[in-house]
Amino acid sequence: MISPRFSKIASWVYLAALYGFIFLPVAVLVLFSFQDGRLPVPPFNGVTLKWYGEVFADSRLMSALGNSLMVAIGSSLVACVLGFCAAYGLARYILPASRLQRGLLVAPMTVSYLIIALGLLSTFNWLGVSLSLWTVGIGHVVINLPLCFAIIYASMGDHQKNIERAARDLGAAEWQVMTQISAPMLMPSILAAFFLSVTFSWDEFIIAFLLSRFDVTLPVEIWSMLRSGLNPKTNAVGSVVFLVSVALLLILELIVFRRTAKK
Amino acid sequence: MASVTLETRENRRAWGFVTPALLWTVAFFVIPFLVMAAISLATRKGRDIVMTFNLDNYITFFEKAHLLKGLFVSLEITFTVTIISVILAYPLAWIIAERVPQKWQRMALIMAILPFWTSYVVRSYSWLLVLAKNGVINNALLHIGLIAEPLELASTRTATVIGFVHFFVMLLTLTIYANLVQMPPNYRRAAADLGANGFQVFWHVILPLTLPGIMVGAFLTFVLCIGDYITPQILGGNNELALPQVIMLQLGRRADFPMAATLSIILMVVVTLAYIACARWLKMERT
Repeated sequence: MISPRFSKIASWVYLAALYGFIFLPVAVLVLFSFQDGRLPVPPFNGVTLKWYGEVFADSRLMSALGNSLMVAIGSSLVACVLGFCAAYGLARYILPASRLQRGLLVAPMTVSYLIIALGLLSTFNWLGVSLSLWTVGIGHVVINLPLCFAIIYASMGDHQKNIERAARDLGAAEWQVMTQISAPMLMPSILAAFFLSVTFSWDEFIIAFLLSRFDVTLPVEIWSMLRSGLNPKTNAVGSVVFLVSVALLLILELIVFRRTAKK
Repeated sequence: MASVTLETRENRRAWGFVTPALLWTVAFFVIPFLVMAAISLATRKGRDIVMTFNLDNYITFFEKAHLLKGLFVSLEITFTVTIISVILAYPLAWIIAERVPQKWQRMALIMAILPFWTSYVVRSYSWLLVLAKNGVINNALLHIGLIAEPLELASTRTATVIGFVHFFVMLLTLTIYANLVQMPPNYRRAAADLGANGFQVFWHVILPLTLPGIMVGAFLTFVLCIGDYITPQILGGNNELALPQVIMLQLGRRADFPMAATLSIILMVVVTLAYIACARWLKMERT
């Protein structure tokens, strides 16, 4: 029989070991982004901010960063609006084959991004559409629409339905009900869907890689930096991306969860 | 009669809400998929695609060893990753659910997710820093004198598996944790009252009850792992190619679009088969 004391110590050791494993690469990444030398590997020579300076002075990287933000916000807005309208229609009205419709809307979730990207690439080639940030954006809406729809649809309960009905009885038009009653009530889940889409799009590589040509997004630009091998500058970009993403996570946590907590 | 017109008007309005999203999905998901399926039946002639509508590409796939091998490499990597991830994640989820004080559990989970908020490309690159010939691990091992020569860790299947396991341990910890905290504590107490020891309680009560959660997480792992290009490309290198790498090779160097489409359809068939197996198993478990 294992003594409870031993099992307790073993648990904490295991916990520490796995958290060490989980954090190891990020810790190494951030530490060696300050490396005062040409290689981001041990020994650590000392602290410099040189590589961050180079990152912010790199116009290609900065424009890729701008492109990424643009595509992420734009495609998430479209995905959220389409997803919200579809969720509203399917949750509030009885439509024929609604199960099939819901299935169709979430179907892209079950397919690898690579396959979605290849399908769109074949179609754009066939139609003669030239690749740009627009085509990347279209691809990102395809992967984020199921997510937005599912999140918003799941949060549409009967409780809101009664309030909407009251507004309608008091003479509100359908668009007023939707924009002034339903949307504000569902705002926490709409925001959650939006920020989740932003982070997915921000991080997405294969669709952005296959569907872009001259203007690229940040992951694609980082990918092309990798060809030069290990480089502290890549560490610095990675650390910046990490910080931006953590900031997004914090915003999400603060806005969405504080709102729900208040209610 | 009035109610009928109202209903049709209501119905038309409802379609107005749903149609844009449906159109988007059909135009940019369903049709592209059909186009790709059609191209998989075509043949490459120089730089052109000739619509031949035959199964030549699929036959070639089963005849050419280097193509077929991609599928097997992918399947081997995926199964290895799924099994190792489940084995590592289960105890972690259990410790977080049972040993960590309740008010710290949320924090523990957030901390587990945190490192994954770097970009996907950067995460694989960070593992390269750890595993490279002059990387952190080799440096540490050389330093304490455990090895005399640096180990060849990067550009191997081991590196690919480590990179994947890193991500999926986190994912599976979340799904298994969700399952563990949902379980009423009475079950365990009842089993203990009836004379089961700690191991028996785990083996006959807790494990079977959390098996659906494990299966869902394992299926997610399978789907995401088998379709990923970045991790095997950055960490595994070009020594042995996983299926997505073979697909990208057809697209890039060989410019063989029909073959890339064929391989994608095969990839999708494999994922669908895994889904059917998983769904059927879950259904059997429930009845």
